Amino acid sequence: MNNNIKKTTVYLFTYLLLASMLAPDTAYAMHIMEGFLPLKWSVLWYLLTLPFFAMGLVSINKTVGMNPKLKMLLAFAGAFAFALSALKLPSVTGSCSHPTGVGLGTILFGPVVMTVLGSIVLLFQALLLAHGGLTTLGANAFSMAVAGPLVTWCVYKFSRRAGAPLWLAVFLAAALGDLMTYVITSLQLALAHPDAVGGVMASFSKFTAIFALTQIPLAVSEGLLTVLVFNLLYTYSQDELVELAIIPGEGALVK
Amino acid sequence: MKTKNTYKNILLLLAVIALTVFPLVYVSGAEFGGADGQAEAVIANINPGYQPWFSSIWSPPSGEIESLLFALQGALGAGVICYYLGYKKGKKKAEKD
Repeated sequence: MNNNIKKTTVYLFTYLLLASMLAPDTAYAMHIMEGFLPLKWSVLWYLLTLPFFAMGLVSINKTVGMNPKLKMLLAFAGAFAFALSALKLPSVTGSCSHPTGVGLGTILFGPVVMTVLGSIVLLFQALLLAHGGLTTLGANAFSMAVAGPLVTWCVYKFSRRAGAPLWLAVFLAAALGDLMTYVITSLQLALAHPDAVGGVMASFSKFTAIFALTQIPLAVSEGLLTVLVFNLLYTYSQDELVELAIIPGEGALVK
Repeated sequence: MKTKNTYKNILLLLAVIALTVFPLVYVSGAEFGGADGQAEAVIANINPGYQPWFSSIWSPPSGEIESLLFALQGALGAGVICYYLGYKKGKKKAEKD
């Protein structure tokens, strides 16, 4: 039985890996395009992302080592990010963007775990799908897989401590994390391409108008979808949620 | 309890659908191109001399191939999600029996 689960997990991971290899992020994703950051910024964002990536690897090892049962849920969180980042959605600005899907995994496993999963997605997209890029991978990983998850994590912890019900905390965390990803993307572009007259701030407001504004309704959608999936996990996967200390051991209905 | 949850989930889905359809109606006639294409234009505007110094190693040969890969991404992600939920649902039921 245990062996079977192991086998299933291996298949799932292979499946996921293949999925990520084949996964095109949309032509119109939020990722910074290949070659669009000068070398010094490319290097800087790589350096900033690396420590989080390393911590993520340690964290995954620890989580899975302590409880191999959670591997499947980890695959689930990864799959959620894949599926969501495949959804190119229209926005009120008349252009399209897509959610990140890393919020769910962040709430379940912590921010640095999603640094690893998010970076893997971005790497394959850069290599095989011409979305984002190798030179901008560090920057894109920083916005989607470091900054977004960190904000999600903080908002989640803070809301829970402030007494918000689980569904509300999940919604706010996922939505704000999603939005933050695009704010950081705008900032990264502004720092690399300051406006000749207004400097970084003028540039930042131009990029924010494109990325962040488009993203607002999508961030709400991501929040709602994350709550939806959380409800399903609450119904069918309560043991894992208890083990991850998301919900208390006995009963106490949160939603 | 369970039906109440199902009810909530349906409402959540409807809200997402409404959020998605609203822009199509509200700004009908818009191009709905990508946000990053616009960003490229802004960079060209702010920093006219900038030349991307590296280009993608490989890109999907056509829009059709791209949407093929793209649909596959959604399908595989959804596949794993539903596999997990189905597995847990069955397991829960088996434990109850």
